[in-house]
Amino acid sequence: MLVLDLALKSLRNRLLVTTLTVGSIALSVALLLGVEKIRTGMRESFSNTISQTDLIIGPKSGTIQLLLYSVFGMGSPTQNVSWEAYQTWAAHPAVDWTIPYSLGDSHRGFRVIGTDENFYERYRYRGGQPIEVAEGKPALEVFEVAIGSQVAAELGYDLGDQIAVTHGMGGFITHDDTPFTISGILAPTFTPVDRAIYVTLEGIEAMHEGWEGGVPPASAMSFGGGPPSDEAEPAEERWTGDYQPTQVTAFFVGATNRRDVLSLQREVNVWEEEPIMAVLPGLALSEMWNGLGYAEEGLRLVGVFVVIVGLLGMLVSLYTSLDARRREMAILRAIGAGPVRIVSLLVLESAVLATLGAAMGVAVVYGGLSIAQPWVESQFGLFLPIAGLAPIEWLYLGAVAGAGFLIGFVPAVKAYRTALHDGLAVRV
Amino acid sequence: MTETAIAVQLEDVRFSYGRGPVVIDVPSLRLEAGTRTFLHGPSGSGKTTLLGILAGVLRADSGAVRVLGEDLTSMSGARRDAFRARHIGYVFQMFNLIPYLSVLENIILPVRMNAERRGRIRASNPAEEARRLAAALEIDHALGSAVGALSVGQQQRVAACRALIGSPELIIADEPTSSLDHDRRDAFLELLLEACEGAGSTLVFVSHDRTLAAHFEQEVSLGESNRAGEVAA
Ligand SMILES: Nc1ncnc2c1ncn2[C@@H]1O[C@H](COP(=O)(O)OP(=O)(O)OP(=O)(O)O)[C@@H](O)[C@H]1O
Ligand SMILES: [Mg+2]
Repeated sequence: MLVLDLALKSLRNRLLVTTLTVGSIALSVALLLGVEKIRTGMRESFSNTISQTDLIIGPKSGTIQLLLYSVFGMGSPTQNVSWEAYQTWAAHPAVDWTIPYSLGDSHRGFRVIGTDENFYERYRYRGGQPIEVAEGKPALEVFEVAIGSQVAAELGYDLGDQIAVTHGMGGFITHDDTPFTISGILAPTFTPVDRAIYVTLEGIEAMHEGWEGGVPPASAMSFGGGPPSDEAEPAEERWTGDYQPTQVTAFFVGATNRRDVLSLQREVNVWEEEPIMAVLPGLALSEMWNGLGYAEEGLRLVGVFVVIVGLLGMLVSLYTSLDARRREMAILRAIGAGPVRIVSLLVLESAVLATLGAAMGVAVVYGGLSIAQPWVESQFGLFLPIAGLAPIEWLYLGAVAGAGFLIGFVPAVKAYRTALHDGLAVRV
Repeated sequence: MTETAIAVQLEDVRFSYGRGPVVIDVPSLRLEAGTRTFLHGPSGSGKTTLLGILAGVLRADSGAVRVLGEDLTSMSGARRDAFRARHIGYVFQMFNLIPYLSVLENIILPVRMNAERRGRIRASNPAEEARRLAAALEIDHALGSAVGALSVGQQQRVAACRALIGSPELIIADEPTSSLDHDRRDAFLELLLEACEGAGSTLVFVSHDRTLAAHFEQEVSLGESNRAGEVAA
């Protein structure tokens, strides 16, 4: 391979320019691949916000709406599922376990979720990781709460602190006569779980005691300024009651057998006693992600343009080097190099630069990933898996090398025409 | 090849660059094989252009160009390139060497480019042959050097080695001595003539310095009229 040998030696001879060109292509390729890695990491982490849950069942509404308030803690449900309905489906033979979720209250901007021990035992996220209690214990008693890691960090709460709960999101009426005690702080999950406060279903009932009609009982009014009503029983007494949950907002379902999931979903959706629906979270999440796809496309487009700029930089540097190489071309012609050799020399140089750049870009991405992976995970909760190159990434690399090859024809053809025109005259 | 064989024969050759004026108009030119010809003419008279035609880099617009018995005008560009690689050694006035190759690599380039030429080297391998030629031209001490480290005279001798390797039948030298001082010029010429004789190659040597003509068997003057080609034996 005479021509390849010449191409490599010529590139080595222009070491600085070669290094800069390869470096700029490498960085642009690294950016493109890095965007791709982050994109897949985000998609994965998004689709894994909840895992191992086969169905999410809630009142009939939109799939996305149900996902938003049950999994992402955004928006609020307009309806609930009755306790009887919940019991019926929890006892269904195809249902292995359920996690009830009762929503609608908040504490200083964070959601309060009524649930039961199944949440601590069954809830899974990101490839099956369980909920862990970092400090204390799960909230299993009426006036116990467990708080997510971000709640603890942002509000500066500790075990044993007493907190009050607001009805509705961001509302101003405080149930401050029903104080809850922090019994546990959850370990970070980097999912919406970190921004929620967990109480028992009974706890939800307790704080709503006497709120029929949407107004608090007189004794619970803490902001009105008026004297407490005489008829009101002392708070302590009310709390000793037996609080029976009357409804849940939604519930997560694990099926006894995964094969039954689809038929179970159908059964729920056609159930006549109450308007409820079941969604497959994995499917719904990836549909939702696809809805956000334009952002991804934008990122990808930026990466592609950066690579194009990198390749154009190479074209410019090869093209401008030609004038200095007219002598070299004339010498090669005199020795007997024909158009094929002259053209392939320059095309090879270009292809080698682009291929080296692509390979270096891969090295930069994996080097960067292995360094940044733990940090990104702890800072953003984004787990970037160090996996092999995906087919699309191979495609990108192939495209970069191919583009380098094609771009090489521009200076190559120009060089050959110049060489033809110059003949053997000494022109410097 | 016998003494009477013709190495170069031109008949009514005309050439112009693109649509430019006629640069070459040679009614007749014959160079016998194995001879050493001195070609001279003032600057701009078309010496380099004529050499380009002989080497098959340029193609005559009309007329017949026969080199080593083959008609170059009827050959395709690619075949002329192969013909040149195989049969012709070329030395420029200056800047003869490829800067990113070592001296040795520069010398053996023609035999790497053309298998037939490689088959004709006398030593066991190209590097050996390069060493032999370098010794003959007295630059064997510089074989390992970078090209840029050589003096102009050394560079020209390396270029001569490269033209001679693989014993091409025709050596063309385009003012190879014009950038050398007087003493080095004579020394270089001596070595080149000896090496050509040793290889049995035909030499076409161009210069505008007519004092060199004494070293050659025949002299061709390419007049400023651009219509010259009389052999002055
Ligand atoms: N590549 C080219 N394109 C157009 N015209 C050219 C080209 N090369 C040479 N010429 C013209 O052809 C004519 C002959 O040039 P050439 O280089 O053959 O002369 P020369 O005898 O070698 O001169 P010198 O002694 O200066 O080297 C000149 O008028 C020159 O301007
Ligand atoms: Mg000239």
